[in-house]
Amino acid sequence: MSSMMLLATSMTIPDILVFVTGALMILVGAAGVIVAKNPVHSALCLVLTLFGVAVLFIEQQADFLAAVQVIVYAGAVVVMFLFVIMFLGVDRTEDVHDEPLMGQRPLAIGLVLVLVGSIVALGSEAKWSGGSHSVVGINQGPYQNVANLGKAIFTTYLFAFEITSALLVIAVVGAVVLARRSMITNAPRTDSMGNPLGATTDFEGADR
Amino acid sequence: MSIPSSWYLILAALLFGIGALGVLIRRNVLIMFMCIELMLNAATLTFVTFSRTLNDIGGQADVFFILVVAAAEVVVGLGIVVAIFRRRSTADADEISSMEG
Repeated sequence: MSSMMLLATSMTIPDILVFVTGALMILVGAAGVIVAKNPVHSALCLVLTLFGVAVLFIEQQADFLAAVQVIVYAGAVVVMFLFVIMFLGVDRTEDVHDEPLMGQRPLAIGLVLVLVGSIVALGSEAKWSGGSHSVVGINQGPYQNVANLGKAIFTTYLFAFEITSALLVIAVVGAVVLARRSMITNAPRTDSMGNPLGATTDFEGADR
Repeated sequence: MSIPSSWYLILAALLFGIGALGVLIRRNVLIMFMCIELMLNAATLTFVTFSRTLNDIGGQADVFFILVVAAAEVVVGLGIVVAIFRRRSTADADEISSMEG
């Protein structure tokens, strides 16, 4: 970060400004997530971190992923977090000072320092440029980012993409089943949503 | 674009460390979930950095799948949290210990 390092490589001032801004957003937001007493504040700090990551995606010419990051993460995921926090009513402050386990916090900090140190040490030891370039497809090139990414996903990663849709269906069905079970627990009345859920209701009833 | 990739990698390592620290020291299940999201974002930042460094779009395609898996994970995870909360009315990880021997 010294001025010599800045002169050694061909970094422009806007690049550095964008990187520092994004890095500050990420680190401040991440620290806020784990420090904030109120879960709502944690979720809002999470938004800051996710926006910082999107800024650094744009800085690295991953335009499509930056847009998806904002829409999916900052839009859908955080809204779902906030919805659950307020739905459950756990938005009261948690006492972060009492420690049920003696010495848990210093031990955790020490472990994390060892973890980060070893990651950085491994990264500085490795020869990153030794890998083969452009195995799947070029990142920069005659096409734009979205076209390159789309071509990679719909040709090389087509099978993974199809499996992804199955995963999403499974996740949605699982969430519906989980929510329905708790609904039956509180209000045991059958609704006329659909026929296939009748079997599930019987199974859940027998389960209890 | 001319920022060296080592800066991004160190930043991602720090972000991963903060996320891991949050999982270790916080006891609210929802905040532990958010810290898992932080660690996933550190991984995606690393993927995008190597995608740029090696000029390979495969890293960004992987990030696309990570995003999908993270969304699915949040849906199921929050469903489980709601189900636990309905039965025990707590979001504290230390209270959920009925399977302890």
